[in-house]
Amino acid sequence: MSVATPPRAPASPRVIYQQPELLSETSTRYCPGCGHGIIHRLIAEVLGELGLGPRTIAVAPVGCAVFAYDYLLLDFVEAPHGRAPAVATGIRRVRPDNFVLMYQGDGDLAAIGTAEIVHAAARGERITGIFVNNGIYGMTGGQMAPTTLLGQRTTSSPTGREASLAGYPIRITEMLAQLPGTAYAARGTIIDPSSVGKTKAMIKRACQVQLEGTGFALVEILSNCPVGWGLTAQQSMDHIRAEVIPAYPLGVIIDRGKRAVAPTSGGEG
Amino acid sequence: MTVMHGTSERRAGARRARVLMKGNEAIAEAAIQAGCDAYFGYPITPQAELLEWMARRMPELGRTFVQAESELAAINMALGAGATGARVMVSSSSPGISLMAEGMSYMAGSEIPVVLVNVMRGGPGLGSIQPSQSDYFQAVKGHGHGDYRTPVLAPASISEAVDLVAHAFELAERYRTPVFILADGTLGQAMEPVELRFRTPERRANDWALTGADGRPPRVVKSLDLLPENLERHNLALQAKFQEIARREVRWAGQQLEDAEFAIVAYGTAARVARTAVARGRSRGIKVGLFRPITLWPFPERELARLAARLRGILVVELSAGQMVEDVRLAVEGRCPVAFHGRMGGMIPTPDEVVEVLRSFQARVGRRARRKALLPLPAESKVEPPSGNGHGAVDRAGWAPVEPVEPSEPVLAGGHRRRLREVAR
Ligand SMILES: Cc1ncc(C[n+]2csc(CCOP(=O)(O)OP(=O)(O)O)c2C)c(N)n1
Ligand code: SF4
Ligand SMILES: [Mg+2]
Repeated sequence: MSVATPPRAPASPRVIYQQPELLSETSTRYCPGCGHGIIHRLIAEVLGELGLGPRTIAVAPVGCAVFAYDYLLLDFVEAPHGRAPAVATGIRRVRPDNFVLMYQGDGDLAAIGTAEIVHAAARGERITGIFVNNGIYGMTGGQMAPTTLLGQRTTSSPTGREASLAGYPIRITEMLAQLPGTAYAARGTIIDPSSVGKTKAMIKRACQVQLEGTGFALVEILSNCPVGWGLTAQQSMDHIRAEVIPAYPLGVIIDRGKRAVAPTSGGEG
Repeated sequence: MTVMHGTSERRAGARRARVLMKGNEAIAEAAIQAGCDAYFGYPITPQAELLEWMARRMPELGRTFVQAESELAAINMALGAGATGARVMVSSSSPGISLMAEGMSYMAGSEIPVVLVNVMRGGPGLGSIQPSQSDYFQAVKGHGHGDYRTPVLAPASISEAVDLVAHAFELAERYRTPVFILADGTLGQAMEPVELRFRTPERRANDWALTGADGRPPRVVKSLDLLPENLERHNLALQAKFQEIARREVRWAGQQLEDAEFAIVAYGTAARVARTAVARGRSRGIKVGLFRPITLWPFPERELARLAARLRGILVVELSAGQMVEDVRLAVEGRCPVAFHGRMGGMIPTPDEVVEVLRSFQARVGRRARRKALLPLPAESKVEPPSGNGHGAVDRAGWAPVEPVEPSEPVLAGGHRRRLREVAR
């Protein structure tokens, strides 16, 4: 059957999903279903939307995200395990006009690098931190992290984490939120499209806080490690919903707002 | 105290002033005058004045000073700042340098320039706060993990320390490497009237530094490479760089070596003692001179080997149980006997003590020479001479002329007075 009417000019298509410019097209080395990839994408989207790509100097951690520089098209420096906040401080102080982003895992931030994260926050460094809490040392084969839940089995807590032996999980973002230098602290997750959207908004706010110059900003993201947890990707997301979120409540923990006192940050900045 | 720029004269880019200054302060000011953009540190004796000087001066000049929460943090702040191409200095004393080891290794691997000052104190462990040279191995043989080398500069006076600070920044930036300045508590704490020859090395274009990927592809400053082929290639490139440094950057100074039968080999504060010992030894008829390495790595091994071939013996003096002496023996390769005298834990040998050791060494060497003459020939006449024994091969005419060492008397302060007077004698 032929159509008599001439073809109508198509309405200009509305782009709702595309490759963010700051995300490289290389495929990642992450395990299938791993949350690191989703989080990279969110960072690429936010920095792109804020036009921060060309100004950013980013700090990669030691952990599964050590190759972040292969996936995010930004200037990057590799920090030793746990020292990203110190490395970022050094950059911040000599490059007052750049945007400084750091990415850390929970072993990196809440175990070996505890002192550095606390003091970067205490100094109110104008740095935006992305803190990926998957409750485990993914890279080294799934050992217990300070964030591992009580009872959770890992390769170094084979019968489940026991408080008498290994203490309690640390809610370090709440601890950091106590510090006047912390202008913004929030916890999100990536278990479904709605939580991904909320987490993206948190990342955006944490970036704006740095631009406002009011202090340190951190977004903790509850993520998964299907391989380390011995679960499928879907099971791991369900596990976050059922077990992890009750131990690590979601939401904005502190946002001191635009009127927060900007700490002096040395140098010309 | 302030540096008197009013009285300084400018010559060939160097700013000169003669002032009375503590070593730690002079090193700090030399770094500032060399254009240091950022300093990161953590308090520790005997280098605290260096940090304090920076704390006051750097913000005055609109530059970066951060008192870090630990030496771990300080070195990693330096890593971050250095990765942007900034001129960065870090300082500490022995225990703090141990904490910096990992960061140093990352910076060597990632080729980030930094100047690191170790004002050594006695160890091991918390040890003491008195001067020592017991971190020679740490500085020269590798602080952190991995196959890498860093240039190590050892000043023997405050004036020389001032010169070497500017030189250290040059080396760090020319070769994209950490550079050590290895001082000790005496040099850090003593006050000397010093000729401050300030110099600001020229800046290079840093086509590797992180500034934000604006209109160019992103840059990555890193040490990781999981592909063995790639990491080996990176290591080979690093080694080629170290070889170039070893070829081009050796520095040493000599004194009264032309007619010497014996040489004392010493660096830093031990060389100050040795200088006096040489003078006293000479007055007692011992033909002795001083060979003073200024670069501990690269070690002046060829120069020392040539010298050894014409000596009856070498005495190494250190404020340690004997660390540099191993490099001396490697360089000398049996060309002459090598003896060692050292004090530890903050003790400093007196010049007379050194002369005594030298006298008994001289007697021993004499006896050995007589005994040697009586030794029967080896039964196997086909025995190969030990490899590398270059007795016959040494070209005496090629012997490098010695640099004169300017004597400078330390001005003594506080509780160090008596011991320092010994050094000065
Ligand atoms: C000083 C030092 N200690 C230990 C390691 C080994 N290591 C590499 S990654 C890692 C744990 C990473 O865990 P996390 O930060 O939670 O990141 P994830 O891999 O889970 O994303 C450890 C212990 C190291 N590289 N350096
Ligand atoms: S080990 Fe875990 S955190 Fe690491 S890539 Fe695999 S799933 Fe992700
Ligand atoms: Mg983890």
